[in-house]
Amino acid sequence: MKHTLSVLVKNHYGVLSHVSGLFTRRGYNIDSLSVGETDNPEESIITLVVDEEPHMVLQIEKQLYKLVDVISIEDLTKKESLQRELVILTVKTSKDKRHEILGLVDVFKATIVDMTDSAIMIEMSSNPRRIDTFIRVFSEYTILKMARTGTIALEFPSSKLENTKK
Amino acid sequence: MSKEKKDSKLSNNIEKNGARIMIDTLLENNIEVCWGYPGGAILPFYDALMHSKLKHYLVRHEQGAVHAAQGYARATGKLGVCITTSGPGATNIMTGLADAKMDSTPVLAVTGQVACADIGSDAFQEVDTYGMTIPITKYNALLKSADDVARVTKEAITIALSGRPGTSLIDFPKDVQVGLSTNYKNIKMRIPDYHFKNPPIEGDVDKLISAINKAEKPVLYVGGGAITSNAYNEIKELAEKAQIPVVSTLMGLGAFAGNHELSLGMLGMHGTAYANKAVMECDLIIALGARFDDRVAGNTSDFAKKAIKAQIDIDPAEIDKRVFVDIYISANLKEALKKINPHIKKKTSGSWVSFIQKLKKENPLKFDLGKGEIKPQYFLHELYKKTKGDAVIVTDVGQHQMWSAQYYPVKHPRQFITSGGLGTMGYGLPAAIGAKIGVGEKPVILISGDGSIQMNIQELATAKMHHIPVKIVIFNNGFLGMVRQWQELFFEKRFSHSIMGYNPNFIKIAEAYDLKAKRIIKKDEIEEGLNFLLENNDACILEVKIPCAEKVYPMIPAGAKYESIIDYEHDNSKGNLFTVVPNNP
Repeated sequence: MKHTLSVLVKNHYGVLSHVSGLFTRRGYNIDSLSVGETDNPEESIITLVVDEEPHMVLQIEKQLYKLVDVISIEDLTKKESLQRELVILTVKTSKDKRHEILGLVDVFKATIVDMTDSAIMIEMSSNPRRIDTFIRVFSEYTILKMARTGTIALEFPSSKLENTKK
Repeated sequence: MSKEKKDSKLSNNIEKNGARIMIDTLLENNIEVCWGYPGGAILPFYDALMHSKLKHYLVRHEQGAVHAAQGYARATGKLGVCITTSGPGATNIMTGLADAKMDSTPVLAVTGQVACADIGSDAFQEVDTYGMTIPITKYNALLKSADDVARVTKEAITIALSGRPGTSLIDFPKDVQVGLSTNYKNIKMRIPDYHFKNPPIEGDVDKLISAINKAEKPVLYVGGGAITSNAYNEIKELAEKAQIPVVSTLMGLGAFAGNHELSLGMLGMHGTAYANKAVMECDLIIALGARFDDRVAGNTSDFAKKAIKAQIDIDPAEIDKRVFVDIYISANLKEALKKINPHIKKKTSGSWVSFIQKLKKENPLKFDLGKGEIKPQYFLHELYKKTKGDAVIVTDVGQHQMWSAQYYPVKHPRQFITSGGLGTMGYGLPAAIGAKIGVGEKPVILISGDGSIQMNIQELATAKMHHIPVKIVIFNNGFLGMVRQWQELFFEKRFSHSIMGYNPNFIKIAEAYDLKAKRIIKKDEIEEGLNFLLENNDACILEVKIPCAEKVYPMIPAGAKYESIIDYEHDNSKGNLFTVVPNNP
């Protein structure tokens, strides 16, 4: 089962190596990892999506807690949270296909960021499932280039589901 | 500009360089000794070291420095410190750091590094020490400014010693060593305090108390954590009060006196048959600072399968890691037992303890005495008697290590020093040197093999130069004994590359280092050999020739169930059967 872990860490040299290294050396499966500063420049949040059994996720949390730079960990799977990914892709197009593609962009409420006679660049941010669908739909055309971020996530302020910490 | 830089502008401290600040911080934190080897990128540190109060022992290879620091830390519970230069100096201590991390030994390594401006340029003797040590340290840091030296040093010391101890490494660029700062007094650490404050007692304390009081066939399974947390008095109290037999891991030997009537010695792959049998039969097993590793619980589904499993460990990540437990407490072991013991009902020795005593009598450690040659087990048995079981035993890795664990049942914590988790050949000699510095007057005896001793034999010079009287026993069977044993048992006697052809003459080696040495070959020379070993005031070597086909028994093959235990079978042609129950007082 997929778990989204939000790991608050000290924002300094080598933290990402410590976290990603833990995953390689203990053989945990990791689907995505994204990292960025928080409102406090001394702290970052690393959002991890792991695909493991619940007991293994617990073990991962405990191992993460042992890293000196880890401040706190939240398993957002146990909470109501907003999960977002961003995808940017460039699809091949021609005059007769353009209208069709623009229609799909509209359906997904995605954004056109650049266009030439032969290619369109589209961006979309959404939950991981909708991003998957978006990519699947556009694979029917020729995707020339694509980049996708990992998941970032935050608990809804109104979330009432229990979170077990530590 | 960093926070500290701003602070330092305001302070009235005298400017000191980074090297000086680190040495002073070490001294302020009661660190008295270190082992090391100088080189280009650590020279400013060595310059500051020269007239400081920090006692330094020069080794002959950086691996010797880190193992010596480990031996010292294991023998005393204090922090072991080693100093090396950059590049090869740093890579040479990797094995020791991995070893110390695995065995939860508090070690701090300080490595020189090329100047900050040269980092990443493939400079001479540059290596990514920080990156390479991430998996084998509990804390590591690359210093960038002399203003950070005091804080990072304090953090490294604190983390290495706190909670489940481990390794710290500080990578110290040459320009930071000479950089000046006034920022070294009343420094605050910048790590969350749960990393170093004694943890609260969390988990099922009441459940464990009632389980112990209800259990009819309980067993205590003690590991290295019992020694780290100084919980031996509490363990003894619990065992005696509730009449619970005690099995020990290799790392836990000495946490409970090996000659106590409730001691069953070591369990696991080469544990006593009665220890393993007791674990098979028990209805409650309580892991005390032990981690169900694969040499103990080879087959996790078979391990103590009739028992309620309980575990107390300071590291919550050890709970439910390999074996799922029914009752867990995450806490400092000593604190947890202090809370538990008053609620334990006093019991008198009953049918379970008499069953255990019967198991001991029926399944002793055994071997054939031979026809005049020296059996290593017999030698160790005699050594135990001669030293009254009071010597500090350090071992290398292999058959001799297992025989020592079996036939020298140590009585005190920190009396058995060995590479448990990583199994590092070459650990023994430098670790014995470190241990001897730590324990002072007590005799330190290294039990090694002809394979292991050659992995760090250069440290004989360290022992000689600093007058460190370690007593070295080399069991010489001309083979990598444990490898040979596995090849004989599991690879149809195909002895691929396990013969130590062209072994050196160990007596001449000792002489070359100006040390005394003696070789014994026959059983009736043992007495004379032991006298030589124990009466010598300097470091010395006793080479003991032993038969190459001798094996470590009993043995539960890797991953196998208890029923597949292989025990020694008496063979008349190999002399009389000799049996020992070392755990009978």
